Amino acid sequence: MAIVTVGASAAVAWAAFTPVTFASREETFEIPKGTWARRMAGNKVEILPSQVFLTLGIRDVLLLKNMDEVPQIFGPTLMMPGQSFRLPFEVASSYQFACTAHASGQMTVVVDEQPDTPWRRLLWRTRRVFRVVA
Amino acid sequence: MNCATRRAALMACVLLSVIARAAETEGLKAGVFNPAREAPDFSVRGSDGTALTLSRYRGKVVVLGFGYTSCPNVCPVTLAVLAQALRKLGPSAAQVQVIYLTVDPERDNAERLKQYLAAFDPTFVGGTGTAAQMAAVRTSYGVTAEKHGTGSDYAVAHSSFVYLITPEGKLRALMPFGHKADDYVHDISMLLN
Repeated sequence: MAIVTVGASAAVAWAAFTPVTFASREETFEIPKGTWARRMAGNKVEILPSQVFLTLGIRDVLLLKNMDEVPQIFGPTLMMPGQSFRLPFEVASSYQFACTAHASGQMTVVVDEQPDTPWRRLLWRTRRVFRVVA
Repeated sequence: MNCATRRAALMACVLLSVIARAAETEGLKAGVFNPAREAPDFSVRGSDGTALTLSRYRGKVVVLGFGYTSCPNVCPVTLAVLAQALRKLGPSAAQVQVIYLTVDPERDNAERLKQYLAAFDPTFVGGTGTAAQMAAVRTSYGVTAEKHGTGSDYAVAHSSFVYLITPEGKLRALMPFGHKADDYVHDISMLLN
């Protein structure tokens, strides 16, 4: 019992005090070459999730790339072949974009506050676990 | 200067201009396209009574939005923000043109657009045309518009973002709905410089 308590405390302490870092501030989604052809062949291709989660200060840029050979509506906009679209966020909020790529016709970008205090880091990591599980 | 030195100097210049262009757009508040493509030109009926084309405003930053005069929420907010941004820009506003193309050509004729836009800023120019003309423009910009409801009191759900087009006619950036006037001032100033 004591071991479990010590282990749980260590996990909570780690989650609260270890800074949250990412290698890049960009969350990248890419339409690979041949996507249009696969769609035309009747394959269901989902690239962009209907909900994207970002965090201010550490991962707050949405980067969309169209590497296919035809123009694509990707996220909120029309993108030409080989073109990328880089959208930075500066305010924590939930952003709705019309997106024809999704059945709902909508894409949501949820931007969380920067986890810059132990309590926020703990909340951020807990939320992340639940989102992955969900 | 020998040939090799001249070639190296030329390559350095090209590299520097690429780096400068990347740095210039790196700090934009709007979403940035890379590479920027040529903004599709169009020819529709302008609210000023003349043919409205995008190429007419080459040399200015064009702020291009899509909406309609009966829009209950998004369009009035966007246009008010743009009017505020132009006021904040001061004399530089003369180098900016706001164009608002209707997604509801059935109800928005040139006169109605003119009256509506003048309430925000008399320099704003609206554009209308046949349903097919306006649909073609929307397609070229990836803008969606969908009619909801029947009778004369219908609504049109439409893309709410605004495009920023450089003085060279490149479709450089897309500002999502909800940004403040200061963000437009920031980005337009960067594109002008």
